[in-house]
Amino acid sequence: MNFHVSYKAQRRLLIIGFLIIPLVLLVTFSLYPAIKLILYSFTSWNGLSTSYPWVGLHNYMEIFKNPALFGVFLHNLSYFVGGLVQNVIALGLALLLSKKVKVRNGFRSVLFIPYMLNAVAVVYIFQFMYQDNGALNTILRAVGLGGLAADWIGNNHVINWALAFVSLWEYFPFNMVIYLAAIQSIPEDMYEAALLDGASGWQTLWYVTLPNLRAIIQVNLLLTVSGALEAFNIPFIMTNSAPAAATFLTQTMNVAFVFNNYGLASAMAIVLLVIVVLVISIQRKIVGGGDDVV
Amino acid sequence: MTGKMTKFTGSIAKYMVLTIGVVVVIFPLYIAVVNSLKSNADMNRLSPLQLPLHPDWQNYVTAWTGGALGSAFVNTFIIIVLAVIGNIFFGTMVAYVLGRFNFPLKKVIMGAYLVAMFIPTMTVQVAIFGIIKNIGLFDTRYAMVLLYLGTNVVQIYIYMQFIKRIPISLDESAMLDGASYFRIYRSIIFPLLAPASATVAILQTIAIYNDLYSPYLYMPSTNLGVVSTALLRFQGPYSAQWNLIMAASVIIAIPLLLIYLFLQRYIFAGIVNGAVRE
Repeated sequence: MNFHVSYKAQRRLLIIGFLIIPLVLLVTFSLYPAIKLILYSFTSWNGLSTSYPWVGLHNYMEIFKNPALFGVFLHNLSYFVGGLVQNVIALGLALLLSKKVKVRNGFRSVLFIPYMLNAVAVVYIFQFMYQDNGALNTILRAVGLGGLAADWIGNNHVINWALAFVSLWEYFPFNMVIYLAAIQSIPEDMYEAALLDGASGWQTLWYVTLPNLRAIIQVNLLLTVSGALEAFNIPFIMTNSAPAAATFLTQTMNVAFVFNNYGLASAMAIVLLVIVVLVISIQRKIVGGGDDVV
Repeated sequence: MTGKMTKFTGSIAKYMVLTIGVVVVIFPLYIAVVNSLKSNADMNRLSPLQLPLHPDWQNYVTAWTGGALGSAFVNTFIIIVLAVIGNIFFGTMVAYVLGRFNFPLKKVIMGAYLVAMFIPTMTVQVAIFGIIKNIGLFDTRYAMVLLYLGTNVVQIYIYMQFIKRIPISLDESAMLDGASYFRIYRSIIFPLLAPASATVAILQTIAIYNDLYSPYLYMPSTNLGVVSTALLRFQGPYSAQWNLIMAASVIIAIPLLLIYLFLQRYIFAGIVNGAVRE
């Protein structure tokens, strides 16, 4: 067996052979649709018709003029605030779990469970708990906090916070595991040095642990921001995208698949995309460098 | 003395916070399980916090048959297996080519993956919908498999990061022995990328198991339900019967929890590898 295809020919064959299918898939399901989206956004296409009436910037103006479209970002704000709290909780728990704690792995295993539950199941469990005579109000009344009992899904002032809490509950374990891994990778000698210098626990946290977590906090915040901007599943499942709980993405999907206004929906998708990219770049500017990109 | 005291209270506080966390996590699960076992009569006369008088397992039977959960599990399983196998092959192939060779257009292709990573899959559905219809895959499992193969860009970055750590000297010594590039991929790169493949498999399994909107859009037929859409459709006709909905929710939660029970370490590692890149 002395027959060999030259390495040069092999190389060309392999590069083309290995890339062709993945690239076709990438183009078909990511890049080409993204370009389509931009084109649709300047039309009033209804999703079925073969005509694509050009409407220029009309869709974009509609988004900013119509409070039912752009105004729902206020609802996304609940998810953002919830996401910040979620990060504080996740970081706090990770710090506790990184210390010498008895049955540490037991705590960690249980605390991670919500992330492993099916998203639809989680929403239904909370929807059940949020009922008027549900578990949450029952507990509040039992401990004498009946005044706090609320119509968690029916009250427009409460609903988005109730939904944001579901998101917090479901996703904090994800952040926690990432924080925990980062804390555990901080070199031990930094703590020994701090101890020798007589640093207190809080000082060690503030001057050793947190600065070392800077990049990872940034990664988590990035996920939080894009997650809040793209909140969809929870309001869609629990309220069927009702107006009081609508987020920008539930509105986008409704405009497309319920109202068949694909042009407007495409413009909304582009606006969301631009906002996500803008927020990410602004955040990277403020928090500074870091090559840890998600 | 005071130092010892603060240390002691600090330690108490530590366990208290962790315990509160555990209670907040367990409580909804307790509610789900307890109420999934209540008969309609128990649902009416008992508070949601109370245990059922007689555990009613019939709810699970009704949920399983009424929700067509059996076929939902089969569909989900088929889609996950095909998508994960495809992801592993395509991911390792792309990583090998982009990680080991220099060629014209390489920069362009890397750029294309970077751009694709910034596109939120959800928003592009508006345009993907038409494509799926045009290629005749609407309402088939293949639509989902192809979609998951085409939109999982993150995995390329996971593989690229891992392949950098495989010494090129391994490739070179194999070439001295006359191994072809394909042989190098098959017997060096692919096996040594196994930890990355584990990460990709875990992340993709969790993502697909939880995905709701794309199967909801692309597979409207009831017999093509996956776990998420089956649960969503089950809730419709049974919307007031929370004991049944809880039973269905518990059934659907179990498979991933079992995987978690056995593969916990790998799942944690997979999440960290997936989120943190160099």
